[in-house]
This record gives sequence, structure tokens and C-alpha cells, in this order.
Amino acid sequence: MDKPFAITLDPGSSLANHTGSWRTERPLYVDRMPPCNAACPSGENIQSWLFHAESGEYERAWRVLIENNPFPAIMGRVCYHPCEGACNRGQMDSSVGINSVERFLGDEAIKRGWKFDKPATLSGKRVLVVGAGPSGLSAAYHLARLGHIVEIHEAGPLSGGMMRFGIPKYRLPRDVLDAEVARILDLGVTLRLNTKVANIEQSIKQGGFDAAFLAVGAHIGKRAFIPAGDAARIVDAVSVLRSMEGEDKPMLGRRVVVYGGGNTAIDVARTAKRMGATEAIIVYRRTREKMPAHDFEVEEALQEGVLIKWLSTIKHADAHSLTVEKMVLDNKGVPQPTGEFETMEADSLVLALGQDVDLSLLQGVPGIEIKDGTVQVGSNMMTGHKGVFAGGDMVPSERTVTVGVGHGKKAARHIDAWLRGAAYEPAAKHELADFKMLHTWYYADAPKTVRPMLDMIRRQTSFDEVQGGLDETNALFEARRCLSCGNCFECDNCYGVCPDNAVIKLGAGKRFKFNYDYCKGCGMCVAECPCGAIKMVPEEI
Amino acid sequence: MPFQPIKFYQTGTFTVGNRLLNPDDRSVQSHQDRINSINSGHRACQGCGEALGARYALDAAMEATGSQLIAANATGCLEVFTTPYPETSWQIPWMHSLFGNAAAVATGIAAAMKVKGRSDVRVIAQGGDGGTTDIGFGCLSGMFERNDDVLYICYDNEAYMNTGVQRSSATPAAARTATTMPVGPNPGNVFGQGKFVPAIAMAHEIPYVATATVADLRDLEAKVKRAMEFRGARYIHILVPCPLGWGSASHDTIRIARLAHETGMFPVFEAEYGVQVSALPIREQLPVEEYLKPQKRFAHLFGAKPKLDMIAKIQERADRNIRKYGQAPQQEVV
Repeated sequence: MDKPFAITLDPGSSLANHTGSWRTERPLYVDRMPPCNAACPSGENIQSWLFHAESGEYERAWRVLIENNPFPAIMGRVCYHPCEGACNRGQMDSSVGINSVERFLGDEAIKRGWKFDKPATLSGKRVLVVGAGPSGLSAAYHLARLGHIVEIHEAGPLSGGMMRFGIPKYRLPRDVLDAEVARILDLGVTLRLNTKVANIEQSIKQGGFDAAFLAVGAHIGKRAFIPAGDAARIVDAVSVLRSMEGEDKPMLGRRVVVYGGGNTAIDVARTAKRMGATEAIIVYRRTREKMPAHDFEVEEALQEGVLIKWLSTIKHADAHSLTVEKMVLDNKGVPQPTGEFETMEADSLVLALGQDVDLSLLQGVPGIEIKDGTVQVGSNMMTGHKGVFAGGDMVPSERTVTVGVGHGKKAARHIDAWLRGAAYEPAAKHELADFKMLHTWYYADAPKTVRPMLDMIRRQTSFDEVQGGLDETNALFEARRCLSCGNCFECDNCYGVCPDNAVIKLGAGKRFKFNYDYCKGCGMCVAECPCGAIKMVPEEI
Repeated sequence: MPFQPIKFYQTGTFTVGNRLLNPDDRSVQSHQDRINSINSGHRACQGCGEALGARYALDAAMEATGSQLIAANATGCLEVFTTPYPETSWQIPWMHSLFGNAAAVATGIAAAMKVKGRSDVRVIAQGGDGGTTDIGFGCLSGMFERNDDVLYICYDNEAYMNTGVQRSSATPAAARTATTMPVGPNPGNVFGQGKFVPAIAMAHEIPYVATATVADLRDLEAKVKRAMEFRGARYIHILVPCPLGWGSASHDTIRIARLAHETGMFPVFEAEYGVQVSALPIREQLPVEEYLKPQKRFAHLFGAKPKLDMIAKIQERADRNIRKYGQAPQQEVV
């Protein structure tokens, strides 16, 4: 005994005392599904690419984005951004401008010439894609990146499908479209224009393809029977928008009436206004609340001087006038005729009543099921005919560019698996990161950045792009408004608030881990996590 | 397009750290290699506010002094849960003597350092509210009036928790403790007694006095670092919720501390030479019920027949705090 008086033990550290044994519940780091990701029709990992954009790593952000969608610059212009509608920040101040940041990344990529990575290994399998619209191009992109040889057969003279022949230039400038399509072709995808597939079975056999993806779209304007005089000029909206891309611009006259209430009706009316029509009038049988067109498009059209005649149907068309019947909504919201008629002047009538699919290439192909003018596909996007997959506007779905792009991705993954004789099993979805899982006290107020709009006079007279983009400073600000719902963004809160130092910081980009030897299970880290990326689970005994 | 400043945080300045921030601008607690003055394995209860507050304050002080720091500790929870013989959680030079003499021990250490010519070594004394506002108050006041070169930190959990939750002079009105039971016409601790030591410290006109809570780490660290810029007697009073004594959930410790500030129950400010120089503004003022309800020590105020008169008196006091210390949202303190 060489210890001082009354001392019998050597000094020790409290590390010998494993307080983890007190615990009845343990904290667990989780990744939850942010609502933006859950809402994205093309399955983008939005929270993840915003995370990289926040630190100014735009190329990395873009590379994460294009894992799911090869068209950020197009999406940033034409997507109806359901992500922003789902954004949790909308419940605090206003949703994050995801669409504007996406456009910024897409424009940066074009400006800086970022290219897609070529596939590491090639499969040697050949896949035929029919149609060079959003869905076909998306499938071709994903298939090419998975190492397959892809050939696109496009009936039209140019690529892009509805992105070129349906969406007006003032919403999607053609140089942007061309740049993003060219990048896909750079991957080695072959594009054959003016190549209409008459019979899919034959084309597959002749080309020696192992599988096919059909995405011919819906290009045939629906006609409604309207009694008309001989001299009446009635055209359909899709043809008008298509001819805008050619040499012969459509002759619509000075007073143009558009019949319909969808986004296409709005596009045609705004196009007619820009073509010099003194009046562009939309006739729609129901009310604004019931209109299928997106409200911001209606608003922009009204700003530009497009007139909308609600609760009206067209009964008769003559050379320079139309007979219109007023309608009322019954208590089920269905418009009913009133028997009150009026006459309105019109040089031409454009029908925007929806589109049908040209299904001629499927005639006589065994196993194909067609219902309501669309091709039926399984959950793996395959038709009843083995090896023939379909997507986009020709299958039953919401007809938007983003949905089409999503179909292309989904189909490509299933085709890839099918070619390997396997079945593609999508990874299990994480639990949704609900607003009430967030600790919003930690987020500062930050108002949404609004994109600049073109001057009104130029909006009415030219096809210049209406909505501007963000520059680097405000795109960065907008990205940083992201709450990072359900996914750790390394704010160090758990690491800081643990009274027992039981959280280990692993360093930048590596997040944290718990030291369960000392974690007492108080749950403070869970309570103070801003983004809901930790949960408590009962300890197993 | 109008100019828009880019904030370095997507989350404002409220989280502990942020990967987007310059390393120099990050909080001490966010450093991967932080000192952890109190090591893991200490025996504080789950969700202990004092263990957290002491680590926050001492890590910041260690950084401010280049790790040239000695701490004297009064008896209390902090001493008991960190140093059960023969173990210790302390990773800094630390000594404990008696319940009431931490300020005097620290004064002695400071004097010894002065004699040895070690002006680089700084001294901290620390204790709970019992050791500070009651038992050690004579030594503390003496340390103040002699202006000894010591920073005294009080971790205020508003009662003697270690011995079984007995009332101290820092226990708030109406709170239940083992010695102020919720019985009779005036249940809980009486109104109009007790003391607010930061105000008494200011009356000594010592160089620096500040209050803080564990809910605002950056404010707390800034105050500790500021205190280390002065020589002479300094005092920091940190509100540290006690899940055991207050009857709150262990995961609510920081939330309760935040509510104490946001309701005005605990004023957060700093003062130099007896004059208040700043106040931490309240972001969104909340009624005191928000603070009282999650704590079982105030449970007798609610229930089938809420004691509205007592709640009103508590609210009055909170409103007075906000007025007195100028903590109203966006209000500037001159």
C-alpha cells in the first residue's frame, strides 16, 4: 500500500460506467421520404439534389438529379411541379421553389457542357423505342445508361414529341429542348426521324430487337360534332400547335375562338394572341374552378389579354360567327343547357377537346389489350405482348411531360430486368416525412424567390420565353430554403444536445452514429432534430 | 431582381452547427474534436439539463482560454453525478471542497495562480442554485465585492434536486417541491419570496453578468467567451431544466428551457459593470401556460379547476420580466 491516507482505490474514468444499460428505448437514424420526392411523377430525389445545390456543388446536384430525369432544363420550364404542392415548407411560409432551382441546374449544365456518364459495361441487347417524345427519350436515356443498344424510330421530322409540337416556344425555347435531346443522343442512342413504325412486330423482327418500348403519344385532336356552314373554319388545337413548328404558320384570323378548358386550350389561345389575333377567346362549358387547366396558366393567359367565356357550349359554326348556348351547373356540378343562345363573331374555331392515340402500329399484334383508346400495361409497363412495353400518353395516365418521363424510367428498369430474365423489384419506400415530424423552430424565415416575368407587351407580341430563370445567388438562396424533410443535413443538433456525449460525429458527409454504450435513451436528439431524421424504438430485451 | 442576401444557414442561426458554415463560425459544440469537459458515463438522469449546460459552458471556456482552466465545484448534483469515488467524468483540472465555499476556493486558486505568475490560467467556480443562491451566497458576494478574477457559473435547476427536490431561494412561485407541497389555500412555493441572483450580482457592479439557457447554445457560448475577455469577478446564471425535479419528460429539457425564455419566465440578458447591455429577443411570445403545463411541479395549477388567479400572477411576472429586460420581439435595448 503506497496510497495516501484513506485512499484505497486508483482513480478511474467514468467511461467504466456504461450508462447505456439504463435505456429502455434507443434512438435510430432514419431516412424518411420527403413529400416532394413522394409527389414527383418521374421519381426524382429532390431533397438529395437540393442538398448538394445548397453547398454550391451544382454539378454534383445535377448528377444526382439526372439519375432519374435527363431533362432538368425542360422540367424547370414545363413541369407542373407537384413537388412544390406537397412541400412541407408550404405550411410554414411558402413552398421551396424546386422548379426554379431545377431549371437553374439544367441551364448550368447546358452552359457548362456537362455530359452524361457512359455505361461501364455493355449488354449487347438491342431495344427499339418508338417515338422521340419525353417518354421515349427518357426510356432511351435510361436504357443506354444501363448498357443497352437503343434505336429510336420517330414518325415526325424532329425529336421532342409534344415538347416540340405541343408546348409553345414561349414556355420552352427550342434551343433548350435541342440541347437536352442532343445530350441523350451523345450517349450513343440512334435516332431515326421520319420513320413511322407501321407494325411493331415486323419492326422488331426486321431490326433484330430484343425488346421494344412504345411511346407514340396522343397526337390526334379529338373532334366534336358541331353543325357548321360550308365556309366555317374549324381546326384542331394539336394541328395548330404542330404547324407552328413548320414553315406554314396557321392562318387563324383576327378573332379566334378556342373550345375547351385544358392546358392545350390555353396554349392555343396564347399562341393565337402572339400571332396577331386581336381577340383570342376560350369558350368553356364549365367554370374556372372546374377547369382542368392549371390555374397559373389561366392567370398568365388572362394577363396577356386572352378572354374566357365560362359556362358556354358551341352549337353552330358559320363563316364569321358562332352560336353559343349558355349553361348552368346543376347541383352535381354538371353543366346543363339553358336554351339561351347568343352569337359571337369568330374567324376561326380551334377545338381543344383532348387527344386520341394513333394505335395503328399495334393492329393485329397478339396479346395487346386496348381500352378507351389507350394501351393497357401491367405494373411493369409491359403490354400483353411479351417484350413490348408502353408508356407516356398512349397508356392510361395523366398526360404531362413529367409523367411521360417517369414512365420512360420505370419501363427502362423493367426492360433491363426482363432482358436479364429477372424481375425488377423497386426498393421499399421509406415512411413519409410528415410536417409534424419536423421541428420548425430551427428554421429561419425566408421568403420564396419569385422568378422574373417577361414584359407584358413582349408577351403579347413575341414568342420569347415568358418566365425567366434564377441566377446563382438567388438559386442558392432558394435551394437553402429546403427543410431537408426526413433526411439528415448535418446540422449537428443531435451531436450538440446529447447530455451524455453519446453521439459520434463522423465528419463532413458521413453524418453521425450513436454510442449505445452511453446513450441513456432520453430522446432529446429526436425531439431537437429539425428534420425528423431520428426516431425512438423500444429496446429489445 | 432585388438583391437577396444569402444566409449561411438554410435553417437560420438556430441549430448547433451547419455544414455550410465556415469552420471558424461554427459553435464549439459542433466541433468534431470538442473537449467534452464532462465525459460519458456520468450518472446524471436521462435528459439532464445541468450535464448539458456545464459541458456547453466549460467547453466554450476551455476554447476561450486555450485550455488553461481550473474549475472549483460546489457540492450538488453536478459534483455528485460526475465524481463518485474513485471515478471522475472531468477532463479538465477540477476540485471540490464543500457545499458553500466554491467561490472562496476559486478565489484561493486565482490568488495562487497570481503568486505563481500564471496569469494565463483562468479560474471558474460553479455550482447549482442551492450552492449559489443559498448556502454559498456569502462567499459569492464576497468574491464579487473583492472583484476576484473568477468566473462564477450557476446552473439553476430551481431546487435542491440531488437531495430530493427541496425548495431553494431560486424555486419559482407556485412550484411543488418536497418542502412546498401543493396543499392548502396557497399550494406550492409562496409568491413574493426568493431571489434573482443575476440582479444582485449586477448590484455589485462587477465587470460582467449574464443569464442564458441550454436552449440557445450560441447565445450561451458567446456569453462564456465574452466573460473570458474580462478580468475580475464575473457571473453567468444558466437555466438548466431538471426532468426529475420539474416532472417533465426527459426529451423535453431543451423545449422547456426554450419556453422559459419565450414566455418571459426567465429573462435572458447580459450586463457590464452593473448596466444591462443586451437582451435576447423573444421570437414569438407565448402564454406562460405553455411553459407550466408540461411540468408536473405546476400540475396543481391546472386540472378540473384551474387556479386562474395564480396563473395570472405568474403571467404578470413574466410580462414584467419582458418589459424590464426589454426582450419583446424586435425591441432594441439601449
